[in-house]
Amino acid sequence: MFSFFGKKRSAENAKDRLQLVLVHDRTDLTPAQLENLKNDLLKAISNYIDIDPEAVQIGLERDGRSQRLVADIPLRGASRHRTG
Amino acid sequence: MTAQVITVTSGKGGVGKTTAVANLATALAADGRKVVCIDGDIGLRNLDVILGLENRIVYDIVDVIEGRCKLKQAMIRDKHYPDLYLIPAAQTRDKNAVSPSDMIRICKELRPDHDFVIIDSPAGIERGFRNSIAAADRVLIVTNPEVSAVRDADRVVGILEAEEKGNPSLILNRLNPALVRNNDMLSAEDVLDLLGIQLIGVVPEDEAVIIGSNRGSPVVTDPRSRAGQAFRNIAKRLQGQDVPFMDLEQQNAIWSALQRLTGRK
Repeated sequence: MFSFFGKKRSAENAKDRLQLVLVHDRTDLTPAQLENLKNDLLKAISNYIDIDPEAVQIGLERDGRSQRLVADIPLRGASRHRTG
Repeated sequence: MTAQVITVTSGKGGVGKTTAVANLATALAADGRKVVCIDGDIGLRNLDVILGLENRIVYDIVDVIEGRCKLKQAMIRDKHYPDLYLIPAAQTRDKNAVSPSDMIRICKELRPDHDFVIIDSPAGIERGFRNSIAAADRVLIVTNPEVSAVRDADRVVGILEAEEKGNPSLILNRLNPALVRNNDMLSAEDVLDLLGIQLIGVVPEDEAVIIGSNRGSPVVTDPRSRAGQAFRNIAKRLQGQDVPFMDLEQQNAIWSALQRLTGRK
């Protein structure tokens, strides 16, 4: 899928860009609003458990015609429970 | 007999809605169906010129709605197919001259005597579009393998979902198989994956479409045209037939080889 100069062929650009645009169009949520949502969510979760805000990943994903908000929130210090 | 009302829409303008309507209506009539097509683009009518009927217009859809003529008087019979009719849009009025309930009433009157009523929606998502989908039993979305057309098509799919208009089907128009092969154009698979709706046909880019519209003679009447074949196949699918999708890649290669052999190109 890559040309001589390591540049993506344009069809791939089109698909990648459309994927992002459609998710935001469908949810009527701008990237800035999503960022605010993420911050609010982190604040709320931090009231109960210890998390590393840097490691958190929150984003919109497509699944056919439906969208989902997917969050991956690793807990800080969770590894100590995995003693073997 | 009770007609199925099919609306052809797209969101973005210029993707080939009117061409699709003219070709599908003509192909259905060629298959012996009784067909009426309605130009829903009040103020910017074009279906009449694409069908080559522009010189025969006396009354239009607004004349019907405002009671200046009977519905039958506004139905223009096609030059070649006696069971194909056009109800033209008004050219000097605006889209507010028609309401969704007007469209529902007109379609109700047409249903008993026809097999298909095909409505050519205007571009956009406003009044004219709302009018055009009001009576639809089925919606076909035309798009091109191009970012702006796909994005607008997705908006329309979203609105149809919200209006509970059933599942629309996609006509992917003006696909260039050579560009797709080169990964420089979105493929049919890409567009289907992005939009998440069912496919009813892929129409390859074809110069014969322009030649057909120049002459007011839809490309489905040209037996050699690839786009014409694609539209004929879609018309068969609308009639419930299971027609395999054309292999555009391979047939395009065979076709260009043939063209080289016969010196057509």
